[in-house]
Amino acid sequence: MIALLDYGAGNLTSVRKALHAVGAECFTPAMPEEIGTPSGIIIPGVGNFAATRSITVAWRESLLAAVGAGVPLLGICLGMQYLFEGSEEAPDVRGLGLLSGRCSLLPPIVKVPHVGWNDLQMRRPSRLLGGLPPGTQAYFTHSYAAPVTDACVATTEHASVFASVVECNNVFGVQFHPEKSSKGGLQILRSFVEISKSPHFQVSKC
Amino acid sequence: MLAKRLIACLDVRDGCVVKGVQFEDLATAGDPAALARRYDAEGIDELVVLDVTATVEKRRAMSETLRKVSAELFIPLTVGGGIRTEDDAAAALDAGADKVALNTAALEQPERLTVLARRYGSQAVVAAIDAKRTDGEYEVFSHSGRTRTTRRAVEWAREAADRGAGEILLTSIDRDGTRAGFDCDLTAAVASSVAIPVIASGGAGTFGHFHAVFTAGRADAALAASVFHFSEHAVADLKAFLHDRGVPVRLTC
Repeated sequence: MIALLDYGAGNLTSVRKALHAVGAECFTPAMPEEIGTPSGIIIPGVGNFAATRSITVAWRESLLAAVGAGVPLLGICLGMQYLFEGSEEAPDVRGLGLLSGRCSLLPPIVKVPHVGWNDLQMRRPSRLLGGLPPGTQAYFTHSYAAPVTDACVATTEHASVFASVVECNNVFGVQFHPEKSSKGGLQILRSFVEISKSPHFQVSKC
Repeated sequence: MLAKRLIACLDVRDGCVVKGVQFEDLATAGDPAALARRYDAEGIDELVVLDVTATVEKRRAMSETLRKVSAELFIPLTVGGGIRTEDDAAAALDAGADKVALNTAALEQPERLTVLARRYGSQAVVAAIDAKRTDGEYEVFSHSGRTRTTRRAVEWAREAADRGAGEILLTSIDRDGTRAGFDCDLTAAVASSVAIPVIASGGAGTFGHFHAVFTAGRADAALAASVFHFSEHAVADLKAFLHDRGVPVRLTC
């Protein structure tokens, strides 16, 4: 069972539907203590980084405890940016800090927001992207982006090169919307669901 | 590289697609969900469902249509027509739409764009603009192109973007339904004036028209209805045509 975090940023309908399409069951915890240790956790989200302010200290602690216990976590779009330390979009709001670095605005030398299908350049083998050919295209819609760090397994270019997929131990993130990225996107969700089914091991910080 | 998007539009009335339905396959004719699946399989990048239902009562059936359309669809879905209030937008998004397009409702109360962008994010808010050349200027028309507004297209597009719209869906009233080609002058004028993506609409007739609007017209995406109905391979053939001419597109296998 996948825990799908609802913190009021965007609708969950699409993600829920895509999870069902790949044969996964999900639930939306109403209280932090309901997270427990599910098979996996997904933090979706669209919009402003400030929206993550709704993820209170109690929720953060539950999320971090689950990740510490080895539960795979996937952040989608804003949910991926939240895995980092923070974002210049809302400098006073703390990210989860599971990954080092901060998100920043894409240079406005081309159209920002970055909306549409763009390709993924794979940097190294990844469990999440397993089986996807290089250059697979996915649907993006965002203005801020994560830095290319050791956790970055795929990059995408729009004005600058940014991290479009991150992976470190049991922490995963995609800047695009897999639930809106046709077959390739469903393949990524399927991979996450498979990873979630495998045994969890306690992990150290990325 | 960011691909230029091809968007298919389904005009839906009382749950049925009413425009440009020329598929020979009777099993899918008129059924929005079946058509949506077919377009998805053919490689369309995005879908717009336009509600052309006349009455409020029948509009309530739109949520059910959207649910069916989005049930097996994993590409972005926009709904337009009849979105006026926050509740209308909420109902559409809950039913599976990713974006809502506002036209007359935004012209009447531009702050509606801001309200929706604050609640759902700019990526969910599309400003639909219908423009027509009058006295050498591009003027915005409301109420499905029937009412003059005296607003200029470029200025209204800029205001819509400032107010929180995440994309502009720009329709040329002069070209709509003519198959004479997109209005590249209008599209380029708006696309070069705003920082958000512009979807060109109205006038698609040939593959060359798409090439023109993506180059001279500076469009980020192009929307059409009937041109995609010509053959089962129209979307793939069009993408191959554009790709061969150096226009970045999403290639599907």
